Amino acid sequence: MTTTAPDTKDKVDTAQVRAKWRRRGLQTFLFITAMVWLVPLLWAVYTSLRPYSSTAENGYVSIGGEYNFQNYIDAFTQGEMFKYFVNTLIITVPAVIFTLLLASMAAFVLARFSFRFNLIMLMLFTAGNLLPQQVIITPLYRMYLEMPLPSWLAESGIFYDSYFGIIAIHIAFQMGFCTFVLSNYFKSLPPDLNEAAFVDGASVWRQYWNIIMPLARPPLAALAVLQFTWIYNDFFWALVLMVSGDKRPITSSLQNLSGTFFRNNNLIAAGSLLAAIPTLLVFVVLQRQFVKGLTLGSTKG
Amino acid sequence: MGASTTQVATSESTEKKPKKSRFSLHTRRDKVVLALLLGIPAAIHVFFVWVPALLSIVLSFARWDGIGGVEAIEWVGVTNYEQIATIYPPFWPAVTHNFIWLGFFIFIATPFGMFLAVQLDKELKGSRFYQNAFYVPVVLSLALVGFIWQLIYSPEEGLINNLLGRTDPENLIDWLGNPSINLYMILIAASWRHVGYIMILYLAGLKGVDPTLKEAAAIDGATERQTFFHVVFPVLKPINLVILVITIIESLRAFDIVYVTNKGTNGLELLSTAVTNNIIGEASRVGFGSALAVILLLLSLGIIIPYLWRTFRADEKAA
Repeated sequence: MTTTAPDTKDKVDTAQVRAKWRRRGLQTFLFITAMVWLVPLLWAVYTSLRPYSSTAENGYVSIGGEYNFQNYIDAFTQGEMFKYFVNTLIITVPAVIFTLLLASMAAFVLARFSFRFNLIMLMLFTAGNLLPQQVIITPLYRMYLEMPLPSWLAESGIFYDSYFGIIAIHIAFQMGFCTFVLSNYFKSLPPDLNEAAFVDGASVWRQYWNIIMPLARPPLAALAVLQFTWIYNDFFWALVLMVSGDKRPITSSLQNLSGTFFRNNNLIAAGSLLAAIPTLLVFVVLQRQFVKGLTLGSTKG
Repeated sequence: MGASTTQVATSESTEKKPKKSRFSLHTRRDKVVLALLLGIPAAIHVFFVWVPALLSIVLSFARWDGIGGVEAIEWVGVTNYEQIATIYPPFWPAVTHNFIWLGFFIFIATPFGMFLAVQLDKELKGSRFYQNAFYVPVVLSLALVGFIWQLIYSPEEGLINNLLGRTDPENLIDWLGNPSINLYMILIAASWRHVGYIMILYLAGLKGVDPTLKEAAAIDGATERQTFFHVVFPVLKPINLVILVITIIESLRAFDIVYVTNKGTNGLELLSTAVTNNIIGEASRVGFGSALAVILLLLSLGIIIPYLWRTFRADEKAA
């Protein structure tokens, strides 16, 4: 090799070696960074698996003693977490369904028909969703105290402290993002669809419900997953607009839970991980949909 | 994009046909249905989002403790704003912290997320695993992120102090209680999630870049760095803009993680927590809270409107 290889071969070799080392360096960097990224979650898992007595005796950074799931059982029962999960379900399911339904209606009209105010309307929807929640909370809080609801809808008799009120603000707020995403998607569908349907004498409602909506299943699925995660993760609305602690959804009640667990970090770890399970399931099972939902908004389909 | 262009074009041309616009062809029932399809969502959105936003502005000129009906409102001009700027202790710290938050995200967290995306786009062995590691925190709520990091920062039981051996009352470091460092500790925790979020968005953008562009640059002898800065980055301008806007908005929205830590006090004041503390504290100060909200509103709209204007106008021009 040394005798026959001319200079150029050497050069190629060094270049290849260099590229190889750079690749290895990058691998190492990514590996270490990824490990660092996992530390907080793994630490929470480790802490949650050890009984309080064991960590009290050996310290938190230690190996040994018992490992079991007792913290999870305690967190779940002492924190009455089942109740909060049910509350979350009561809020999240209707909120996601109606957000998507209403957003698809608005997006259908805005994308498939031309009105003078299309652009302004679309901007209004999108801008509304980008506002910080705190910008509207003060008047909203007062409005919620004033607005009546029939007692079969809300025990409180008003929007404040009712599931209906929390669902309503989720729908109104999230609708903006979904309208934006769906209208982009609807615009990308061939315009002939409308024309053909129109010639066939299909009513506007049929065009929406029987022609466009079935075609919108992929973005609707992605948005459903994304919205589920966002609404599940919302901390703020129920914190301010609900006064009864036992009606709050899981994310908003985390703070009370940590009070209940009285600075027992093992219990806090277990409780936090329990609260994370639904979204971690999304991560494992529906990752594709979630990422698609996120990126639909930024890349326009 | 191409499809949408033609769609808008056709609808415009039909509109210009004399008299016989598309709408006159619709039956009355169709028109009602159209009006309802757009009207119902628009009414809900406007009523719950924009009406309160406008009321924030109106009420910011009032003094009202919320007790006694609307008649108890006292109009005080710009007094609330004056007091906020002069004698309301959390205000200037809050503004400063919001800007530090923004600076940290723009100069550290967001670029790091973009950097990771660029590295992961090379699809080295194990990319999938790395990607997942960065992406897990994104599905968690910021409130939960706060709790998970408390296990790391907590003075006596936390991971860091235990590793450093500084858990004695004399030498322990109170990561979240010391007002000169706690904001940065919270920012690290918040970045744990933000970096992954940016990574996902940017990776999706990178996957959409025409690979022949990069190949052409490589043939021309460009290094990876040159290729990225001179070829890929400019092509990704729309995504860069989205990421910038998301970064700014997230910084103005910051709330949950700080609120679960100490309700936005002692070095962690933010505009969002200041607004909240004025309505769910014992003294409900509607006017004062609204004035703080208006400041936040103006900061947000200052970003949102130019961005949307640009984006939607570009769409319109394309059509």
